Amino acid sequence: MTQYAILIYAPAPGDAADVPPAEMEAHMAHGTEVEKMGGRIDVGYALQASTTATSIRGDVVTDGPFIEAKEVIAGFYILEARDLDHALDMARRNPGTWRGGVEVRPLLV
Amino acid sequence: MTDRTSVEQAIVDAHRREWALVLAATVRVARDLDLAEECVQDAYVQALTAWTRDGLPTNPAAWLVTAARRRAVDAIRHDRVFRSKLPLLVEPDGTQMDDHGPGDYIDDPVDFVPDDRLRLIFTCCHPALVREAQVALTLRLVCGVSTGDIAQAFLVPEATMAARVTRAKKKISVARIPFRVPKASEFPYRLDAVLSVIHLLYTTGHTAPSGDRLVRGDLVDRALHLGRMLLALMPDEAEVRGLLALLLLTDARRATRTDTGGRLLRLAEQDRSGWDRAAIEEGRTLVLGAPRLGRPGRYLLQAAIAAVHAEAATYADTGWAQIVALYDQLIVVWPSPVVALNRAVAVAMVDGPGPALREIEALERDERLAGYRYLPAIKADLLRRLGRRTEAAVAYRAALDLADNAAERAYLAGRIAEAGPA
Repeated sequence: MTQYAILIYAPAPGDAADVPPAEMEAHMAHGTEVEKMGGRIDVGYALQASTTATSIRGDVVTDGPFIEAKEVIAGFYILEARDLDHALDMARRNPGTWRGGVEVRPLLV
Repeated sequence: MTDRTSVEQAIVDAHRREWALVLAATVRVARDLDLAEECVQDAYVQALTAWTRDGLPTNPAAWLVTAARRRAVDAIRHDRVFRSKLPLLVEPDGTQMDDHGPGDYIDDPVDFVPDDRLRLIFTCCHPALVREAQVALTLRLVCGVSTGDIAQAFLVPEATMAARVTRAKKKISVARIPFRVPKASEFPYRLDAVLSVIHLLYTTGHTAPSGDRLVRGDLVDRALHLGRMLLALMPDEAEVRGLLALLLLTDARRATRTDTGGRLLRLAEQDRSGWDRAAIEEGRTLVLGAPRLGRPGRYLLQAAIAAVHAEAATYADTGWAQIVALYDQLIVVWPSPVVALNRAVAVAMVDGPGPALREIEALERDERLAGYRYLPAIKADLLRRLGRRTEAAVAYRAALDLADNAAERAYLAGRIAEAGPA
């Protein structure tokens, strides 16, 4: 099995309060869905809104996310999959893709 | 002893025809694209000596596969290769993904030659790779074209192309892109990527985006070769059939696209007696024999349009109404403004330049066509036919500003001169 980080991008500021109830429900069910498909979620977190983020570049501290963009990281988890096709198959069912999108990135092992 | 010239010729033929089969079969053993490539290269070198000494083998592909796989097995046994921690994931012929190490396949009967070409093609055209990397990998791994030649065809420095290929191979290894044929649920979009790569190869060769020659014949031949290979591997896929038909029907006009001076000729001006009848017949047969199940896809519809053109005695006698009807279907499966633009050209032939110009003017508001050189060129032609010469000259000039192929530029410059000073 290979481990991938799944980074969930949502429209800024990625506030959990903005997530529609149906999407929130689907997020809750996604772990079971992944297991049914033969994968596994090792660990995952949702984040507070990007307005609460603080960034440091060099020695300059600024308010906000590291990169200003229309979409920001709203959460991430580690997914175990057989290969990239398997990982993409599961990740495309992540409800994060409804309003935003996900990035699938192999871990350095 | 066989004479060296005929051996060399046999090797050139085997390189062109069998490279994909030999490499794909070797990948299964080597579990590493670089090692497989190296072993296949070696096998072709060995063949020169062995075939000169022993005569040509009855099955050159099987001989090359055996030689290449032996080298791979040998390299792995003696640990002469850098053992990647991440061997390529080769899915066995069942559906379960295996978890074997790189050495587990070395006991495969060496004379067993699986046809892994589809796996190779789908791996090279994996949507997780950027399109230009898909194209480069397909030429390199499926067609056996050297990186230098690929770079030349795409007008980039060799180092740039080499870096592109290396990056793509590294992604296949690190992101664990498996060496497999996609399953049914992934198939349509995965196949679409493969078809797009072949089509892009063809169009790059057909209309070189810059430079003096309008056709880079080798890319066109490679695209046709790939199209034929794919159809042989997937004879029931209507879109695979459609793509090959489209390439053949378009390429049938290759000799007549420019005049002796290299000037671009419009379809209406081309000498139809110079069209390649055999290619047209092959293309038409493919279109006519396509399975009728379901809605036809974009390649089959484009091929059908090309077939209507190919069977017309003259430009005016073309079945334009049929072409408009085919475009109506095409725009449903492929809602592209370029399709709408080409449809407008056919509308001009059925309903006259006035209604077509109104469609073009509507398309000018579509941002996706901004900078698309054929839009002002087609508009200019319609204006010319309506006798609005000054406006036509302005539009021709706009098209000229966007074109960088010498033959196209010459054509447009001629049109501007014809229209008189703007």
